[in-house]
Amino acid sequence: MPVADVPVLIMLVGIAAYVVLGGADFGSSFWSLTARGKLGGEIREHTHRSMAPVWEANHVWLIFVLVVCWTAYPEVFGSIFSTLWIPLIIACLGIIMRAVSYVVGGVADERGVVILSAISSFITPFALGTVVGAIVSGRVPVGNAQGDLVSSWLNPTSIMIGVMAVTVCAYVAAVYLAGDAKRNGSEEIAEAFRRRGLGAGLVAGAVAAIGIAVMHNDAREIYDGLTSGAGLVAVLASAVAGLATIAFLWMRRYELARFCAAGAVIAVVAGWGIAQSPDILPGLTVSDAAAADNVIIGLLVCIAVGMLILIPSLLLLYGLVLGGRFDPGSDRNTVVETRVGPMTELGGPRPRSVVAVLGVAGVGALMSIAFSSGAPLYIGIAMVLAALAIGCVMLAVTLVTAEESD
Amino acid sequence: MLASVSSAFPAVDQDYLLEARQMQALSFAVHIPLVCFGVAFPAMVIFTEWLGYRTGKAHYTAIAKRWSKVMITLFAAGVVTGTLLSFELGILWPGFMSAFGEVFGLAFGLEGFSFFIEAIFIAIYVYGWDRLSPKRHLLAGIPVMVAGFTGSWMVIAVNAWMNAPSGFDVVNGDVVNVQPWSALFGNGHLWPQLIHMYLAAYIVVGFSIAGVYAFAWLKGRRGPYFRTAMVIPLAIACLAAPTQLLIGDWSARNVAEDQPIKLAAFEGLYKTTEGAPETILGWYEPDGSIKYGIEIPKLLSLLAYHDPNATVQGLDTVPEEDRPPINVVRIAFQTMVGIGTMLVALAAWFLFVFYRKKRIPETKWFYRAVIAAGPAAVVALIAGWVTTEVGRQPWVVYGVMRTEEAVTGAEGIIFGYTALVLVYLVLAGSTFWVLRRIARTPFTPEIAALEEGPGTAGAKGPESGGKAGHDAGS
Repeated sequence: MPVADVPVLIMLVGIAAYVVLGGADFGSSFWSLTARGKLGGEIREHTHRSMAPVWEANHVWLIFVLVVCWTAYPEVFGSIFSTLWIPLIIACLGIIMRAVSYVVGGVADERGVVILSAISSFITPFALGTVVGAIVSGRVPVGNAQGDLVSSWLNPTSIMIGVMAVTVCAYVAAVYLAGDAKRNGSEEIAEAFRRRGLGAGLVAGAVAAIGIAVMHNDAREIYDGLTSGAGLVAVLASAVAGLATIAFLWMRRYELARFCAAGAVIAVVAGWGIAQSPDILPGLTVSDAAAADNVIIGLLVCIAVGMLILIPSLLLLYGLVLGGRFDPGSDRNTVVETRVGPMTELGGPRPRSVVAVLGVAGVGALMSIAFSSGAPLYIGIAMVLAALAIGCVMLAVTLVTAEESD
Repeated sequence: MLASVSSAFPAVDQDYLLEARQMQALSFAVHIPLVCFGVAFPAMVIFTEWLGYRTGKAHYTAIAKRWSKVMITLFAAGVVTGTLLSFELGILWPGFMSAFGEVFGLAFGLEGFSFFIEAIFIAIYVYGWDRLSPKRHLLAGIPVMVAGFTGSWMVIAVNAWMNAPSGFDVVNGDVVNVQPWSALFGNGHLWPQLIHMYLAAYIVVGFSIAGVYAFAWLKGRRGPYFRTAMVIPLAIACLAAPTQLLIGDWSARNVAEDQPIKLAAFEGLYKTTEGAPETILGWYEPDGSIKYGIEIPKLLSLLAYHDPNATVQGLDTVPEEDRPPINVVRIAFQTMVGIGTMLVALAAWFLFVFYRKKRIPETKWFYRAVIAAGPAAVVALIAGWVTTEVGRQPWVVYGVMRTEEAVTGAEGIIFGYTALVLVYLVLAGSTFWVLRRIARTPFTPEIAALEEGPGTAGAKGPESGGKAGHDAGS
C-alpha cells in the first residue's frame, strides 16, 4: 500500500471510534430525554454517571480525524469544510451545547438541561451524518466552497445517513449503558436499556436497509461499491454483527453485545472506505490529494508515538470506569488508606536557598538581556524559569506556613 | 499533487472577510482564557494536594478537591471551544488550510494527543478522589500538567510558524519541498512566544483564583481555607508577573528582528528612525503622526535592540496595503504592556510587604486590587493576542499568504457568526452558573469547623489576625 493511503485508513479508524464512543455519548442523552416514570430519574443519573468520566476523551476522536485530514489531505479538508460549512457549524454548536448540558447536568437535574442535551445530541450526529452523505454522494467538488451550500447536504443520501447516525448513536448507547448497569448491579436499569437496545437495533437495521435503497437512486457509485466485491463483504459483515448484537442483547450477554455493536459500526465504515476508493472527492484520488511523502511519514511517526502513550492511558481510564472504581460508594470499599501522607511539618526555605535562587534568577536575567541569540540567551532564560519554578514553591510554602505560625 | 499558494484554490470574492476574522477572533478570545486554566491550573491544584499529602491538613486537600471541580468544568468548556476552532480553520480559512495544512499539520497531530492525554487524566484525577490511593491520585495529576504544556507548545509552534514561516519553498505559486519538522520546531519565534504565553497563563489563573478569595477576604471569610486558597495562586502570579517583563522583552526583540512592520505598528512609527523614541498613549493619525502621545526619546531603540541609537524600521518602508491596522495593534499592545506593568506593581507591593513585615498586606485596597487583577490579566492576555494576530495582518502567513487569499468563498458566514455569538452567551452563562454552584457547595464538617467553628480557628491566630486586618483596613 502506498504511504499516501495510510492516513485515510487511520481516519476511518478514528471515525469508527468516534461513532462507537462519541456516538454512545450522544445516544445516552436521547435516552435521558425519553426516560420517564418511576425509573426516569435513575436512568438519567445512571446515564450521566456512566458517561461523565469518558465523554471528553470520546470527543477528542473527532478532532483527531480532522487533524489527520488537514495534514495528510489538506485540499480535501479545505473543500469539505468550505462547501459543508452549514452542517459542520451546526454539528459544532451542537457539541458546545452538549458540553453545556454536561457541565450543568453535573450539578443539577433540570428538565431544561435534559432537553438541551437531547436536542444537541440529535442535531450533532444528524449534521455529521449529512456531511458523510455529501461526501459519499459526490456532492463536494474540489475547491473553495465550490459545492452547493444547501443541496450538498440536504439531499436523500445525506438525510438518510443523518437519520442513520442518530439511530446508531441511540443503539450503541443503549448497549453500552445496559452493560454498565449490569456491572453496577442495577438489574432494573440494565433491563430497561436492554429493551431500548433491542428496539433501537431493529430501527437502525431498518434505516440501513432503506438507506441502501435510497443510495441506489441517489448515489449510484457508492451503491455499486457497497453491493459488489469487498464492499459487499463489509456490508454483510456489518449486518451479521448487527444481528449478533441483538442476539447477545436478547441473551443478556452485554459484554459480547458491546463488541458486536462496535464491529457492526467498524464494518460499515470500512465498507464506505472500500466503496469510495480510490477517490476521496469527485475526480481526486487519495494519492493525488495526499501531502508529500515526508509529511505523511512524519505524521505516521507522530501517530505511532502518540498511540504508544494514548492506548495505555485509554485502557487505564476505561479500566477504572468499567471496573466500577468511579461508581458511587466505591470510595467506601476500595480505598483503605486515608489521605494522609508523611505528616511532616513544612518549614519555609532557608535564607541561603532564597539567596541562591535569587542569584540564579539575576544571572539568568542579565544573560538573557545581554545576548540576543544563541546558547547564552537560552541558558539565561532557562535559569530564570528554573528559579521561577523553585521560587514559586518556596514562596507558596512560606506563605501557607506563615499562616500557621502567626 | 502539491498544494499551492495561488492556484490550488483560486482567489474568491468574500464580502464578509472582516466578519470571518471577527468570528475567528471571538472564538479565540473565548478559548484562550479557558486554555490558561488547562495549562496553569493543574500545577496549582497538584501543589495544593501535595501540601495536604505532606502535612495531613484537611483544608489543603479540600481546596485541591474543590479546585479540581472548577478545573474540569473549565476544561470541558475548553474542549468544545477548541473543537470549534479546529472546525473554523476549515470553515473560514480553506485557502490557508489547503495550501499549508501539510506544513504545520503535524503539530496539531501532537496537540491532539496532548488533548487526549489531558482529557483522560483530568477525568481520572477528578473522579478518582478517594477512590485511588493518595499517591496514585497525586501521580494522575502529573500527565494533566505535562499535557497542558505540550498542547500549548504545539499550538504555539503553528502560530510561531505563521509569524516566521519557513520549511517550504514557493515555486511558481506552489508550496514545495515541505520540511514540517524544521518549519515547526526550528523556529526562533517558538520559544519566546511559548514561554510568554505559558507565563501569561499562570498570571491569568493566579490572579483570577486569588481574586475570588480576595473577595471572600473582604467579606470577612479569612480562615485557613480561604487564606491558603488565596496565597498559593497569588504567590505564583506575583513571581510570574515580573518574569514576564523579561520574556516580553525577548519576544519584542524577536518581532523587531523578523517582523519589523509589526513592531512599527506596535509603536505607530511611520518613518524609519535612528534612536527612535517610544510614544505612550495617543492616537495614530493617517499622516503618520501620533496625536496626544507622550514621547520618551530613544526608548524604542533601546527596548527593541538594546541600543539607544539603533535604527528602527518605519511603516513607510512598505506600501500601505502591506500594513496592519495601526491603531488596533498599537492600542492592544499598549493595553497589554500597561496592564502588565500594573500587575508587576501589585506583585511588588505584595512581595515588599511580605518581605518587610512577614505578613500579607492588610489594607482593603490590596484585596480590591487583587480582585481587579484577574479580569485585568485576561484583558492583557487577549490584548496580547490581538497585538500579535492583528499585527501580522494583512498576512495569514507572514509575507507569504494574505488573509484575503485564505478566506472561504462560501456565502452566509455572517449567520454562522450570529449563531456562534448566541451559543457562546449560553456557554458563558451556564459556566458561570456552575462555578457559582461549586463555590456554594457546603464544606465537609471538618473544614466547616476549621473555618467557622468558634473553638478552633478563631482562638488561634489566623481568624483573629484576619479580623485585625479587617479593622486596620477600614
